[in-house]
Amino acid sequence: MKHKVSTTVNGRRHEHEVEPRLLLVHYLRDNLGLTGTHIGCDTSQCGACTIHVDGKAVKSCTMFAVQAEGKSLTTIEGLAKDGELHPIQQAFWDEHGLQCGYCTPGFIMASAYLLSQNPNPTEDEIRRGLEGNLCRCTGYVNIVKAVQSAAKTMSTAPAKKATVAAGGN
Amino acid sequence: MIPAAFEYAHASSVDEASKLLSKFGEDAKVLAGGHSLIPLMRLRLAQPAALVDINGIKELDNISERGGKLHIGALTRHVTIQNSSVVKDKLPLLAEIAGEVGDNQVRNMGTMGGVIAHADAAGDYPTLALMLDADVVTNQRTIHARDFFKDLFTTSLGPDEIVTEVVFPVANGPHKYIKFRRRLFDWAIVGVAAQKMNGDWRIGLTNVGPTPVRATAVEEALHKGAKPEEAALHASDGLDPSGDLRASPEYKKHLARVLTKRAIQQAQQ
Repeated sequence: MKHKVSTTVNGRRHEHEVEPRLLLVHYLRDNLGLTGTHIGCDTSQCGACTIHVDGKAVKSCTMFAVQAEGKSLTTIEGLAKDGELHPIQQAFWDEHGLQCGYCTPGFIMASAYLLSQNPNPTEDEIRRGLEGNLCRCTGYVNIVKAVQSAAKTMSTAPAKKATVAAGGN
Repeated sequence: MIPAAFEYAHASSVDEASKLLSKFGEDAKVLAGGHSLIPLMRLRLAQPAALVDINGIKELDNISERGGKLHIGALTRHVTIQNSSVVKDKLPLLAEIAGEVGDNQVRNMGTMGGVIAHADAAGDYPTLALMLDADVVTNQRTIHARDFFKDLFTTSLGPDEIVTEVVFPVANGPHKYIKFRRRLFDWAIVGVAAQKMNGDWRIGLTNVGPTPVRATAVEEALHKGAKPEEAALHASDGLDPSGDLRASPEYKKHLARVLTKRAIQQAQQ
């Protein structure tokens, strides 16, 4: 039996009838066409599918779409505003915090959650905060640099920090 | 990977959840944080006929201290336990352990009740519950932790029984949990918890058997005045761990001894 699911994704309301077994990541990609959220491992380890549900980072491969009923979601597509990259996206670009880029949306969403909880993290706190995301290219060095750089930018632009903390709406 | 089809129902009270479980029969499962269940369903190692979603039962997401006991509601997320000032004050070892479960994303979803009811041998909370003589409270009764964990992934819960809270004693003396693993977010290859309580040590071991283990021989040796490094040699007494991809039985026994020594020593620092 199908169930109704109503969500707000990146500020837009959506309503669909879905099978209970539909994973949230498939709902985002296949029903909503938001393919920026990636599927990396299918075993809840790699974090490529990280999104925010009511402001909290979760792995969207480990939630059913029906569980998102009534929730507010933010995906990587919801970060840029008015054609301008979010400071974390800009920092990943500037610091080259990626190589192939596959894991990047998940890293950026996990970083956004980390900075919403801890706006000025140490290197160790960044590494621990991103423990749920795997990158097979970079060795993490530039990813850590990107988060440090974003933290600096966002501490001098408080309006943008508030946007992420509120879930991007 | 896509899980097999199942019926889904959302419960807004424990009573309703229990009735739904009875209605769906033995092949129904409770969905809490889902971070053990959903991966198993994707691999089709679990194919429940129905899921009863208890995430809407707000009264199960609750931490309180009452009568010298710390009550953790079944739906309390790891992140809440990790950051709770009540837990940090009354049972800081539990806050420490919660912070070592999975990663940020997992801790935002996973729950106390889910870990306890799932009874994975590598679960961290079951070790603490067993060694501290915690009580597992369900919608039907109260079960002592020592009677709760029966075997690998097997508890004394009945088909329509739901864990509602876990009740720990207050203990804020010296403590340490060492979770030995290859990567930060991994399960423990072996874990050791040490807690000083009422003048004596409680020592618990994770992932060295089908259920958590209380290292009573170590506790007795410490009670008789043995030094940590002497007492810890008893940590592998009676253990018969199964080997897995990461460790042979012998290596796990070695880790149990070494980590027990370190846990007691670091707790004392």
